[in-house]
Amino acid sequence: MSANNCRAVKVVDITPLGHSSPGEEIVELKLEYPGWESGWRVGQFVMIRPVSWPLDLIWGRPFSISSADDTTLTILFQVVGRGTKRLMELSKGDSVNIWGPLGSFFSKPKDRPVLMLAGGMGIAPFCGYVDSHQQPENLKLFFAHRPPLENYPYKALSDKVEVEDIQENKPEDIHTIIARVEALVKEYGEKNGLVVACGPTPFLRTIQRAALKYGVDAELSLENRMACGVGACLGCVCKDSEGHFTQVCTSGPVFKATAIDLEG
Amino acid sequence: MDMSVDFAGLKLKNPILTASGTFGSGLEFKRFGDLESLGGIIVKGLSLKPREGNPMPRIAETPCGMLNAIGIQNPGVEDFLTKKLPKLPWKTLPVLVNLYATDAAEFGELAAVLAGEEGVAALEVNVSCPNVKEGGIAFGQDPRQITKVAEAVKKNAGNKPVIIKLSPNVTDIATCARAAEDGGADGISLINTLSGMAVDIERRTPRLANVIGGLSGPAVKPVALRCVYQAVNAVKIPVMGLGGIATAEDAAEFLLVGATAVQIGTANFLRPDTAFKIVEELPKVLARVNAKSLDEFRGSLILPK
Ligand SMILES: Cc1cc2nc3c(=O)[nH]c(=O)nc-3n(C[C@H](O)[C@H](O)[C@H](O)COP(=O)(O)OP(=O)(O)OC[C@H]3O[C@@H](n4cnc5c(N)ncnc54)[C@H](O)[C@@H]3O)c2cc1C
Ligand SMILES: Cc1cc2nc3c(=O)[nH]c(=O)nc-3n(C[C@H](O)[C@H](O)[C@H](O)COP(=O)(O)O)c2cc1C
Ligand code: FES
Repeated sequence: MSANNCRAVKVVDITPLGHSSPGEEIVELKLEYPGWESGWRVGQFVMIRPVSWPLDLIWGRPFSISSADDTTLTILFQVVGRGTKRLMELSKGDSVNIWGPLGSFFSKPKDRPVLMLAGGMGIAPFCGYVDSHQQPENLKLFFAHRPPLENYPYKALSDKVEVEDIQENKPEDIHTIIARVEALVKEYGEKNGLVVACGPTPFLRTIQRAALKYGVDAELSLENRMACGVGACLGCVCKDSEGHFTQVCTSGPVFKATAIDLEG
Repeated sequence: MDMSVDFAGLKLKNPILTASGTFGSGLEFKRFGDLESLGGIIVKGLSLKPREGNPMPRIAETPCGMLNAIGIQNPGVEDFLTKKLPKLPWKTLPVLVNLYATDAAEFGELAAVLAGEEGVAALEVNVSCPNVKEGGIAFGQDPRQITKVAEAVKKNAGNKPVIIKLSPNVTDIATCARAAEDGGADGISLINTLSGMAVDIERRTPRLANVIGGLSGPAVKPVALRCVYQAVNAVKIPVMGLGGIATAEDAAEFLLVGATAVQIGTANFLRPDTAFKIVEELPKVLARVNAKSLDEFRGSLILPK
């Protein structure tokens, strides 16, 4: 019998973070660790589909592994639509089908400074990144967000690494964010650093442009819509640097900035 | 209960296969179950030359189903034969190849490439894709074209069974099924996806870049079951039924109306071990409904007097 990396696990805990207002809810979901023999790497994700979901929701939903230990796996998610609304209704002890760990992961260089760039829920994988990094003193987080900071696991990170954030309150703030991201990417290029980033596509596009302009090593984690999560449906593709479609779920979600084309 | 079936000369350990486009090359699912426990796998549609497919977004979730407009993205038949097929346990797992081309001659050429391939158990001919401008559904809606494609493939396929995959987007499925039989097909499979659409009222845009896509999943099961029922009664060649099958009970419904085998498609996305679970469950379901054997159960639907 071959291994089955799809399991039903129980919800250990589910709690909203901060005081999110409707439409901005951010939830921490703790699940039993599915006992993956080969472990997991930071940047990888899981597909989640609660056992209770009827057939009106077909697909599982992809979420970054935020952190995990021998007993618990933590996911952070924002309520944006039909599936995440129902995820929020889960209770302790409910069963959730989960398959993973899926996809590629971030590099964790030992002796180079690393800049983590997070846009919104893109902060999720960096909790695990910080926890598992051998030299947190080499890390800095820049965080662009709309809901207030207390709705994110920001405090947990600011206790451990250097942090900086910009809240987007009005449309013009985007320009401030773009300018700051560019400056930071350039700075990390000059000191032979690595940039790791996760967030919405426009945010990643800004980072990619800067990384290519200044010749900086950057790794970007994409959040395309997925059906299977395992490379079978070809629904999640993005363009690679040669203009061919490639699956984000298996070739990514973490890509080198030089490997993909986000402009098309 | 003995679950083995003979489908047009193809020996299958059980009647559960996986549908083209929903199971990749098969290798993607190795970590979720024992591939060799399946009756067979049907790989993503292949064309002579690589195809890029349609722009994003290509998929949308709909009530009890999904829309896709992938557009037969594939690396070309050679790439599959050299890179993927050797990694599959094809000696013990029937690997069926799904073919896509834009005219009968090209279908014939593709069949010729595959005819000598030891690892390919049978050819499934897609004359029914709603997501490509050339060929695709246009064939599937014209019975004369279906016959022509079946003839062209059969002529070049050597001794490999040829299965024609039909579209439900027609007024008379029985005529299409007979057209495939007339062209010399060894079997037929149905249904491919139903032509559908979804829009976003906030953005006022279609949800798929291609505007129109193919609907699949539990939502299409009643349509699929009806098509299979009508096709079974129209032809003598065996029929593979698919469309919305998500449980062993669903699979049994298709067998009851006369399908010889079934394929699991979109349900592979509900969880990646769905097909493996259905293989395990089907004998139990048949036993529960007091079937004496698969043969006895198949086509044993009792119609109202
Ligand atoms: C590899 C990967 C990792 C991810 N990690 C996280 C994470 O850690 N935390 C988190 O909150 N979210 C994460 N996402 C995004 C998350 O998967 C989506 O927010 C979720 O699937 C939306 O489901 P829904 O049913 O609520 O939305 P739907 O009802 O399907 O759609 C509602 C809205 O959400 C948007 N949406 C749908 N799918 C996605 C998507 N894949 N990415 C972004 N927006 C989407 C739609 O465009 C639409 O506007 C990740 C996505 C990927 C691909
Ligand atoms: C993402 C996706 C890709 C598909 N690609 C193909 C294909 O390449 N060739 C083909 O004949 N059918 C293709 N199909 C159709 C399926 O094989 C099947 O006929 C259809 O989805 C109905 O069955 P289901 O409801 O069980 O999914 C595809 C379906 C989906 C959802
Ligand atoms: S989600 Fe299916 S191929 Fe990536």
